[in-house]
Amino acid sequence: MAQFVDRRLNPRDKSLGNRQRFLRRTRAEVKRAVDRAVAERTIADAGKGGAVSIPTDGIGEPQFHLSRDLGEREYVLPGNKEFVAGDRIDKPKGGGGGGSGREGADSGSGEDPFSFALSEAEFLDILFEDLELPDLVKASLKDATAREFRRAGYTSDGATPNLAVLRTMRVSMSRRLALRRPSLAELERLEEELAALRAKSVIESADELRIGELDAEIGRLKRRQRAIPFIDPIDVRYNRFNPVVVRRAKAVMFCLMDVSASMGEREKDLAKRFFILLHLFLKRKYERVDIVFIRHTHEAAEVDEQEFFYGRETGGTVVSSALKTMIGVRDARYPIADWNVYCAQASDGDNSAGDSRECVALLGQAILPLTQYYAYIEIADEDASDAREKDLWRAYAGLKEKAPNFAMARVAGRADIYPVFRKLFAKQPRQGATR
Amino acid sequence: MTTTTAKPGNSSSGGSLLFEGAEWDFATVRRVYDAVDQIARDELGLDLFTNQIEIISAEQMLDAYSSVGMPLMYAHWSYGKRFARDEALYRKGYQALAYEIVINSNPCISYCMEENTMAMQTLVIAHAAFGHNHFFKNNYLFQQWTDASGILDYLDFAKRYVASCEERHGVEAVETTLDAAHALMGQGVFRYRRAAKLNLAEYERRRREKMERETRDYCDLWRTVPGAAPAQENDFSEDEARERKRRLRLPEENLLYFLEKNSPALRSWQRELLRIVRNLAQYFYPQRQTKLMNEGCATFVHYTIVNRLYDKGLISEGALLEILHSHANVIAQFDFDDPRYSGFNPYALGFAMMQDIQRICVAPTDEDREWFPDIAGRQDWAAVLRDVWANYRDESFIRQFLSPRLIRKFRLFALSDKASEPSVKVDAIHDAEGYRRVRSALADSYDVAANEPDIQVVDVDLMGDRPLILRHTVRKGVGLAEAGREATMRHIRRLWGYQVRLEEMPANG
Repeated sequence: MAQFVDRRLNPRDKSLGNRQRFLRRTRAEVKRAVDRAVAERTIADAGKGGAVSIPTDGIGEPQFHLSRDLGEREYVLPGNKEFVAGDRIDKPKGGGGGGSGREGADSGSGEDPFSFALSEAEFLDILFEDLELPDLVKASLKDATAREFRRAGYTSDGATPNLAVLRTMRVSMSRRLALRRPSLAELERLEEELAALRAKSVIESADELRIGELDAEIGRLKRRQRAIPFIDPIDVRYNRFNPVVVRRAKAVMFCLMDVSASMGEREKDLAKRFFILLHLFLKRKYERVDIVFIRHTHEAAEVDEQEFFYGRETGGTVVSSALKTMIGVRDARYPIADWNVYCAQASDGDNSAGDSRECVALLGQAILPLTQYYAYIEIADEDASDAREKDLWRAYAGLKEKAPNFAMARVAGRADIYPVFRKLFAKQPRQGATR
Repeated sequence: MTTTTAKPGNSSSGGSLLFEGAEWDFATVRRVYDAVDQIARDELGLDLFTNQIEIISAEQMLDAYSSVGMPLMYAHWSYGKRFARDEALYRKGYQALAYEIVINSNPCISYCMEENTMAMQTLVIAHAAFGHNHFFKNNYLFQQWTDASGILDYLDFAKRYVASCEERHGVEAVETTLDAAHALMGQGVFRYRRAAKLNLAEYERRRREKMERETRDYCDLWRTVPGAAPAQENDFSEDEARERKRRLRLPEENLLYFLEKNSPALRSWQRELLRIVRNLAQYFYPQRQTKLMNEGCATFVHYTIVNRLYDKGLISEGALLEILHSHANVIAQFDFDDPRYSGFNPYALGFAMMQDIQRICVAPTDEDREWFPDIAGRQDWAAVLRDVWANYRDESFIRQFLSPRLIRKFRLFALSDKASEPSVKVDAIHDAEGYRRVRSALADSYDVAANEPDIQVVDVDLMGDRPLILRHTVRKGVGLAEAGREATMRHIRRLWGYQVRLEEMPANG
């Protein structure tokens, strides 16, 4: 007899193990593809997963095949319209002679890149790989939805720490009343009466009778008390907590970057990774995150992301121009009553003489008091031997002492990026509470 | 059992409809199944494995795709690769998923997609659970070479065995062995010698044997090294060579089998892995040889059954039209110069040939009487088709049953292509002189063995550095493709542990 089975509810992701094996095998290639994707994508999209394509080299499944360019062969095709026996047809260029008629061309030895989609988690895994994030941070970053547990009445099962004592007692009492469990007071009253009677020096026959009654009554009440427990398991109530998706406030993230000639591809790539990571952090914390890009040479401008990373601009370096622009944008569009302001500045540390002091003044008076965090990263040369302190660094160093929401770090490679975040998020600053 | 409102069968005219609208539920599916079952057994005389029809989601269909359609499979990265590719294609809409997958097992498992409409479920059930099912159970290749009742147990064993190997020897080591074995899957089947049938008790016994062998890891090959006679080392006579080949049963066409039995480099768990891959290759080999017939049979069965359902008034005109629309899509055959052309569509050609046989039986022309004297006008087309389904494979089926009428209908023409010449020659077209030539050329192109490289183990030189000598018998000058050749050789070297040489030797004449 035929059987009908509904498999739709079977466990999902049966192929997950194979997929992981496949990703492990293609790790290096996928990594390169992810790096490419990071370079091409916008900051807000960077963490989203999606299609990557990798060359087929490492994932070929070789087999012996017969050559299609050697020897002689016969084949049959459908749809003859004009040929008669004996006709000759020129082979198409490239020597594939009639190859279109062959099945089995999908032998897996093609040169086309292999394209497939990565999930968001897989994508972030690879993205974080050489940022050296602690696992806990990775986990919390990947979990985009934030939940909070809220009180939601009572439930009849739960964990002991959530025991709702008052509610339990109330339920217990109503049950005891309903079942007429003898109260302790009632019992005590009878016992006192009994003791009083027994204590009499002369016991009359009426008393005898009463004593007998009391004994019987007390025994009955005690039995009843034993049979009806003070607290029954069915009385127990627990506080109930429901997970609630928490509505979060808004944040704006200002990306400030020096785009003068000394910032090359490598420097910009490091800065971009820094910005991506900051964006991921903020996205986790806030429901809505806006990003504002401000680039500067000797003058600053708000630009779109494409311009920000790839635009060409030459000129001197006046950092304070960017700070002023940022203040302007913030005041115009992001009232601090509604927005949490984050700011990340990337630079190679050069600044025109005398401007650094103005920067410090701007930061200290107009920016830091109204900003959640201000992160400054100085992109250093790859060989960190050149640890000569730059102008801006020296100026900012003084600021660090005074403002707890100011962090600065020197970044020479990808692995240096995360420590900046650890500084950033290690402790909550007292001022500038989240709105 | 569900109570059916319509009793199929007892209403030869104007029965009430089995279903209306597109939605399906299990009660309706069962009702349709029963109606289809009646037609399949009574009118077509199909002989079936017990059916197990499983409803799955699109995601599960993708899972099934990636594990070569099997419900369970051992873990390997290449299945993950397939999954990744199919998923990407599916998501972008480049590729639709199959309506069904059917497995040659007993009970015969068919997967049906949950998003099929009821009309599609009807088509799919008739196609897979009846058409393919009958073919699997009755075709001689499947009967001789596969064990439908054992395959799921065997896969379960394989899955657990591979997992336990991964635990004991590491994922990488297992992967390396499986990679190499997969590379030789095409050379891992017995084409002529019949492999012993697998059954559960048998391989349990073998497994125990293997465990014992594991303790005294020992290779038969080394016994042939003449340790006591170093003087003879330089001149070993032809007799000895013959004797050695006899003992190793050379030449051997099944490379995986030879390596499993004789490789000096493999450990016993690796031999078992080779054996698993070899058994799977053998299990799938009949399917590759009967693709055209299998699909032709299933398509013919569903077409006949849904038309009968309609004749009996069990399905509505709308449902029939929906089914026929899909049917027409499935059997579309594009001309060679159409950009959509990608070879012969096995559904199209197979279905056309089945229908043609039915026509020859029922209403033969003079031409049919001349070409097919045995079946022309026999009327009992169902019996003829059952006989065809049981006793042929694609190559012999075409050689026997492709009629001139179909050659004309498809306007087939045969080409010969010599690498040395700048043009291809039209050998034959759909005319009286050409029919046999076209038919024979088409049949040749469906001969799986002839279209794969014929590579055999011919000798092992035990005196020197133990090279394994393979010979590719080159037919009509068609050598091996460069792509993948070296990589495959590396895999063989890994399995053999010593040098491996591949000779290309022209076939006689």
